[in-house]
Amino acid sequence: MITVTHLHKSFGHLRAVDGLSLAVAPGEIYGLVGADGAGKTTVMRLICGALTADAGSVSVGGYDINRQTEQARGLIGYLSQRFSMYEDLTVLENIRFFAEVRGLKADEWLPRSMEILDFVGLAAFKDRFAGHLSGGMKQKLGLASALVARPRVLLLDEPTTGVDPVTRQDFWQLIIRLVNQLSGSPVDRLTEQPDNPKTGKLDNRTTGKPHNREAQVSVLISTPYMDEAARCHRIGFMRQGKIVAEGTPGQLRATLDGQILELRGTPLMEIRRLAAALAGVEDVQAFGDRLHLRVEKDQAGAVTERLRASGAAISSLRPLPPTLEDVFIKMSVE
Amino acid sequence: MNSRLYAIIRKEFIQIFRDKRTLVLILVIPIVQLFLLGYAATNDVRNVPLAVYDQSQSPESRALLDAYRAADYFQIAYAAGSEAEIQTLIEKGLARAALIIPPDYASRLRAGSAQVAFILDGSDPSVAATALSAAQLIGQSHATGILSQKISRAGQNFKVQPPVEVRTTVWYNPDLISAYFMIPGVIGMILFAITAILTATAVVRERERGTIEQLIVTPIRPWELVLGKIMPYTLLGLFDTLEILLVGHWWFGVPIRGSILLIVLLSALFLLSGLGIGLFASTIANTQQEAMLTVWMTLLPSIFLSGFFFPLDAMPKVLYYISYAMPLRYYLSIIRVLLLKGVGIESIWPDVIALTIFGVVIMTAAALRFKKRLD
Repeated sequence: MITVTHLHKSFGHLRAVDGLSLAVAPGEIYGLVGADGAGKTTVMRLICGALTADAGSVSVGGYDINRQTEQARGLIGYLSQRFSMYEDLTVLENIRFFAEVRGLKADEWLPRSMEILDFVGLAAFKDRFAGHLSGGMKQKLGLASALVARPRVLLLDEPTTGVDPVTRQDFWQLIIRLVNQLSGSPVDRLTEQPDNPKTGKLDNRTTGKPHNREAQVSVLISTPYMDEAARCHRIGFMRQGKIVAEGTPGQLRATLDGQILELRGTPLMEIRRLAAALAGVEDVQAFGDRLHLRVEKDQAGAVTERLRASGAAISSLRPLPPTLEDVFIKMSVE
Repeated sequence: MNSRLYAIIRKEFIQIFRDKRTLVLILVIPIVQLFLLGYAATNDVRNVPLAVYDQSQSPESRALLDAYRAADYFQIAYAAGSEAEIQTLIEKGLARAALIIPPDYASRLRAGSAQVAFILDGSDPSVAATALSAAQLIGQSHATGILSQKISRAGQNFKVQPPVEVRTTVWYNPDLISAYFMIPGVIGMILFAITAILTATAVVRERERGTIEQLIVTPIRPWELVLGKIMPYTLLGLFDTLEILLVGHWWFGVPIRGSILLIVLLSALFLLSGLGIGLFASTIANTQQEAMLTVWMTLLPSIFLSGFFFPLDAMPKVLYYISYAMPLRYYLSIIRVLLLKGVGIESIWPDVIALTIFGVVIMTAAALRFKKRLD
């Protein structure tokens, strides 16, 4: 659904996006993770055509974003990092506006808007001014107006930044329901439009649900949270405008298999200094009363022996299954 | 109608009607301006305070004073007792003019000819110029009256008649009421200011509040966005035109001699320039304040170089040529002619063409600069 090849974008001397390529399949949730300033927002903006790339190409549903801009945008639902609904319009007026500019007809926008407000849980607030919503509700309104015109591609730029954990949870449930197309969910109704002219180009994936296949939603989401990244089908780690690692959460974690050790002991700070200086240790992070050591590949045994031999007061030392956070830290500093 | 365009216009109207400040700006400011300029910005010279130092105190001197009193250009405000007192009155600004009648006025007048002194405060040249000619005219006509009295008293039975008499008739505005000149100017200025400022801020607001980012990603075509932004302000601009026209007509008695339809059509043509300048400003500015300032920068020279207050013919050549670049200049000349002279388009087509060219050029330039992108 989304194909990005060799994308470049500079702002002055800063290479915000530097030869980035990625592809998101229909029905896939692709997570773009990376530290602040890695270029995630720029990638999002390049994909939806809000910015023009210096080089490279973006195609959405087979449409080139630079040459067939408006056709491509017709498929895109976009939730920007900054709240970009009209604060002086009500929830329903906002949804209506975005429904109408995306071509929903006069008899169509109201049932569809109510359906989508119901889906995100804002139906009770439809007459409230958008400016009077809480942070989480604002994000849901943003999601609702991104979804109202049945997009095939959903671009979500850090949708849960600054949102409380419960709302984050809600938000993810919405995205997962959207992509999994649970029967009876509004997403199923999203697919009741068999007249989509683009179907021929999109069906290179089969899901076993033929009537849904053409209408599967692809999601590209950027997030700084690793627990959210773990919910994605695939993750791309971004650093300095490039994707430095890509794969399923499992694959990415597996790259560090056997390389993470948990260590307890006293005094912790002294052990930390000692461990950091040890051969074979790549990184030491303190987590409350314990340390996480990342060691070089196949060096876990050797490092363990070196630590025991050092005479430090170590109370426990055991290998840990790597987390995405470990991968993130590794990718961010390398 | 195109549903995207309709949606934008509808949204824009909701926002306008919800923003009470803008609404006041659109509906009330034109009327306030109209009253301010209709009354205050007048070049009419009436009731100039006059100090009189009558040293003659004779029937003759009183007759002269009566002549000044009769014309409403002057109001005899002070009877001074010395020349020093007159100086003080003028210095303090209490009197703008002074008439000094010498002690021997009556006797000299009987002997043949007498002189009086008329002093004018020239610190406001436009008032002084009018008062000067008024003072001379009153004196001359008084003198002519005395002369013919004298001759008829001498028993010679003929009327004194100047060899050449200039008979003046003022067309279109016989009483030379400034409001007739000012109110068309107010229409032009308000139309220009309202449409340019509102268009500029309406576009920039989307950028400032971040809503542009969501707008960009919709399939709205750039021309639909431009048109959708402009149409509501065009309608409001035309509403303001009618509002000022009606109040000007009923309250200030400004005649509307030309066709109302033609006035509205040509006002719409003029709006194109205001909207174009607003749109252009919106492509330069990043905040609403910047947009306002940018528009003001074009608004002020427009007002001064359009013949709104100051006659173009009297300007230095350089400024006169610059005034050709001011769309307000053409509109003012059109609207004044249409209101006061009641002629048809055949008399004003050069201005109409100039206005059309300006509108199309600035609108095209703005539309070309207007991009549906963030960078």
